[in-house]
Amino acid sequence: MTALEILSRGPGGTRGGRHPLWRGAGAAGLVLLILAAAALMPEPWLDVNAQAVGRAPGPAHALGTDSLGRDVAARTLAALAMSVKIGLLAATASTAIALILGLAAALGRVADHVVGVLTELVLGLPHFVLLIMVAFATGAGATGVIFAVALTHWPRLARVLRHEAQTVAASDYVATSRALGRSRPWIARHHLAPHLLPQVVAGFVLIFPHAILHEAGLSFIGLGIEPHLPSIGVMLSDSLREIVAGHWWVAAAPGAGLVIVALSFERFGEVLRAATAPPEGTP
Amino acid sequence: MLSAEGIHHAYGRVAVLEDVDLSLAAGEVVGLGGPSGSGKSTLGRLLAGRLSPSAGRICLDGAPLPGTAPRRPAPVQYAPQVPELAVDPFWTVGRILDNGGTPDPLALAALGVAPAWHDRRPVELSGGELARVSLARLFHPALRVLICDEVTAQLDALEQATLLDRLTALTRNRRIGLLIISHNAALRARYCDRSQVLG
Repeated sequence: MTALEILSRGPGGTRGGRHPLWRGAGAAGLVLLILAAAALMPEPWLDVNAQAVGRAPGPAHALGTDSLGRDVAARTLAALAMSVKIGLLAATASTAIALILGLAAALGRVADHVVGVLTELVLGLPHFVLLIMVAFATGAGATGVIFAVALTHWPRLARVLRHEAQTVAASDYVATSRALGRSRPWIARHHLAPHLLPQVVAGFVLIFPHAILHEAGLSFIGLGIEPHLPSIGVMLSDSLREIVAGHWWVAAAPGAGLVIVALSFERFGEVLRAATAPPEGTP
Repeated sequence: MLSAEGIHHAYGRVAVLEDVDLSLAAGEVVGLGGPSGSGKSTLGRLLAGRLSPSAGRICLDGAPLPGTAPRRPAPVQYAPQVPELAVDPFWTVGRILDNGGTPDPLALAALGVAPAWHDRRPVELSGGELARVSLARLFHPALRVLICDEVTAQLDALEQATLLDRLTALTRNRRIGLLIISHNAALRARYCDRSQVLG
């Protein structure tokens, strides 16, 4: 869906309402499919096979085998499932941090200042350097990756939520509700929550592909998933040696899988954000 | 009944209001004019208790106004300039009208708020319709004074006249004090019992 289509949608969302839903079903379906296929896949498919080393894609191995004779298709699937699990965990944690800090900023001037400085600090540091530092400090491995992604991906969303909360809190309609005798908790529930929810949902969906990409990045440089486990980053890292031997398929499958999963969620998030904005996009 | 005496107000070091007095009796329609930046809106917000004056007293029937966080609908209500910003875009019109309790059927009828609008969102109403909804929701049973800050500035001449005719008839009938903030002297002369000009 183009920006023009989103802008031209009617107030009832008749036009924009269906597209994000389909896209959402598509993205969620893709994730479920990956998780289910990886869970149902027989264990031996991931085994090393000295008889089938470095095979090109063919009838026996649809996407070829790597230098240890492991089936690339099966390994990519298992790696994507691992990525999705880590991505979901890390994105959930990141979104929770952003929500807590964004709401805290609306509490008072001092809290807002603290959250502002913290956000600027994390945004100011080079993103990947911070990821590496956190992953290293928390002991690498899957736990390290989850911590690293969770602790570095909240600032953008926190800033959006902070701004949204402040805009709502300073709005004429909140002042009117106050004058009509409504309490602060009531206003938080009936004015603030509906405005923040779409941002939280879209923020989560947009953090997810980042989390997956950075899990791959950390594993690629050896700070993520242990090398023997199936992981996109590890596979891409291994494929560097095999590409010089002309074994392109070892890099192609995990690379394409990663791009497809990340892109479908990225697009889904963008559309979701546009579609759940307040009617007519008023601030 | 609503009286402001010796009101001073400043934003930072910029003084906007200096020693301003204003009074408004029940059922009276008073105009408040003045050039841009003369403090019309600031005075309106002060009178409604949305801001606290740097100095001076604001009293309703001789008693100071309740604070900024009343537990029930405040007796002095303020209608801001842009109705589109004064309503939550996620809310339906019915919910907006119910915000201060059950809406006054007389006010709804007088302002021409149609029951058919109840399920619509603010974006599905015209500017004039939304201005009427935004005013009608303020007519709770304990309303004593209504402050309208340029509420008709965005409307065309016909819609402006209709709204003000209905509004002034309603407030006079219900013995509610009405303060019409407008830079338009002709409009004030036509609808107000008297006018006060700032700046």
